[in-house]
Amino acid sequence: MIINQKVSDILEVKFPGVVILPDEPHNDFIQIHPEKWKEIAKFIKTDSELKFDSCQCITGVDLGIEDGLEVRYNFHSMQLKHKIEIRIAVERKNPSIPSIEQVWRGANWLEREVYDMYGIRFKGHRDLRRMLLPDDWKGWPLRKDYKTPNIYNGMKIPKVRKGWD
Amino acid sequence: MGFLENRFEDNIITAKLDQILSWARSTSAWYFQFGLACCAIEMMATAASRHDLERIGMMPRSSPRQADVMIVAGTVTLKMASRVKLLYDQMADPKYVISMGSCANSGGPYSRQGYHVLKGVDQIIPVDVYVPGCPPRPESLIEGLLKLQDKIRKERPLTKKK
Amino acid sequence: MGLVHAEEMTLNIGPQHPSTHGVLRLKVKTDGEIISEITPVIGYLHRCFEKHCENLSYEQVIPFTDRCDYIAAMNNSFGYVLAVEKLMDIQVPERVEYIRVIMAEYNRIASHLLALGTFGLDVGAYTPFLYMFRDRERILDLFEITCGARLLYNYMWVGGVSHDLPLGFMEASYRFLDEFEKNINEYHNILSYNKIFIERSADVGIMPKDVAIDYGVTGPNLRGSGVKWDLRKDEPYSIYNRFKFDVPVGTGIMGSVGDCWDRYWVRAEEMQESIKIIRQALDKIPREGNVHEALPKKVRPPKGSIYFRTESPRGDLGYYIISDGTPTPLRVKMRSPAFTALSALSEIATGWMLSDVLVILGSLDIVLGEIDR
Repeated sequence: MIINQKVSDILEVKFPGVVILPDEPHNDFIQIHPEKWKEIAKFIKTDSELKFDSCQCITGVDLGIEDGLEVRYNFHSMQLKHKIEIRIAVERKNPSIPSIEQVWRGANWLEREVYDMYGIRFKGHRDLRRMLLPDDWKGWPLRKDYKTPNIYNGMKIPKVRKGWD
Repeated sequence: MGFLENRFEDNIITAKLDQILSWARSTSAWYFQFGLACCAIEMMATAASRHDLERIGMMPRSSPRQADVMIVAGTVTLKMASRVKLLYDQMADPKYVISMGSCANSGGPYSRQGYHVLKGVDQIIPVDVYVPGCPPRPESLIEGLLKLQDKIRKERPLTKKK
Repeated sequence: MGLVHAEEMTLNIGPQHPSTHGVLRLKVKTDGEIISEITPVIGYLHRCFEKHCENLSYEQVIPFTDRCDYIAAMNNSFGYVLAVEKLMDIQVPERVEYIRVIMAEYNRIASHLLALGTFGLDVGAYTPFLYMFRDRERILDLFEITCGARLLYNYMWVGGVSHDLPLGFMEASYRFLDEFEKNINEYHNILSYNKIFIERSADVGIMPKDVAIDYGVTGPNLRGSGVKWDLRKDEPYSIYNRFKFDVPVGTGIMGSVGDCWDRYWVRAEEMQESIKIIRQALDKIPREGNVHEALPKKVRPPKGSIYFRTESPRGDLGYYIISDGTPTPLRVKMRSPAFTALSALSEIATGWMLSDVLVILGSLDIVLGEIDR
């Protein structure tokens, strides 16, 4: 895919220093710093050469207890028929990232889901609540260090019931 | 039944009121149309063209107040559990519960890692018949319903319990 | 006369409601009969799919992908195995490719039949539902003679399929397709051109093109808004580039582009296209071949990640799989098309009457198992 190189070059010109260049060149994704993410998002949505008008997927990733968390975005352009993956690393303690909910409206629920599962706060999100789990749920289930609680609202959640194995 | 039998004209049957009541109840058990997950599709298929639940007197009802049987068709999650209990409480007596599919029986495939899955609906409401399968075929659901009818037929609602 | 006291009323639809297609809850603020705000609350069927994936091997994930979208289980596992195969760089035999396409398209028809039938139920038509279930049962019979299961198949495996086509499948297929093609006309007569149905669904819940794209809505919902986007055509995966078929889009025959009737119509037309694909596949499929030939001894993809999309009956179904070189995936994320379609509900349903909301919801064809995962 040549589009990665192209986006990377355009971003480097427009926002110097924002793209983290990989150790060895590849064409899979672009890694960027989180600071100016919202401006970049607005830019890649509207720029005439890029036009990523559809936010396909936002994936939260826990790379392991020693490593940090990561958010991966998959964009797609309905007009120019190309796609791209953007990765942004966040720290495990107090993770936060600028929200792009106001850029793509579809990102609203996708971001809420990542927040629900990983506890990554999206700064500027206007309605950041839990998406799938109940509001009074504690913890971030998809983190690698998550421990399943034994009881929720008086209901037992044993891993395996007695006598099953 | 005893000495009264065959003493009347044709088309007159004698029976205990108890038996007639439970017989009537068993053949018009209206079920609560309450789909949760995959099993709900099989429940729909059971009610639809080919299998046609109405031939054994079961009719879908959308409100718990009109239903006699609750078919818990699918995975009960913790978020849903309190609602299931509430719906069960809203049903009028006598009420029966059928737990359809592995998920409702025991958590099924989601019993290992399912941090948000209730491991068996019998933790919150009493269950009369368990139907195994993931999802159970319409035939096995009908079998479960017939088992429930047997159970209802054996009930004696007017007899004093000792 | 005193002033009429008017205030907004909050209404709660669901989680148990016959027309919410599962356990969805809608918080609706109404001004009289008009919807002023609508908030879907989801998660009542959150079964921790992604947590399971992180603890199971790649093959063991396949039954869980089936259970996510239980109406189109074949399509769901199809997308997953294609993603893993791409990650591992496996080439599957010709016959397997054809079998997979046939099964996926059959399941698309079955899914659309259920979608249209329940949509008919939502607008108050009970008969089409029974008619459509009649044909759906026949498709399920075809699946059953192939792999033994009616609803959740675990049929697609990484590198192959679980069973070869059984004896008599081809004949049964042709027979079914011939009869089904005639039945579609019956559906058009009974539902599509029904005056009441058109009144209820045309010009209701219009989703403009730009709103659909901005929300990431895909599949028949997007095509109903007039965007010609179908992954089978635009980014052909598997062997879809070998078949001739059209991509139906909404044109606003009965009302305006992107209304509920258009979304309905796109699905109805897509069934015709699926029949075309199945017919071509049945004609071209290699008669001989071992479907277990390319099964890998160990499914252990190399380090890396992939985002792979396929066209499920509900839209772009994406799998984001990260492998760390072990037999268990580090992360499997499912990008569900029904999730994004439902997120657009609050935008398109605001301003309509309360009774229209359930029509709009029915026309979006959501599956809660896939939304909540």
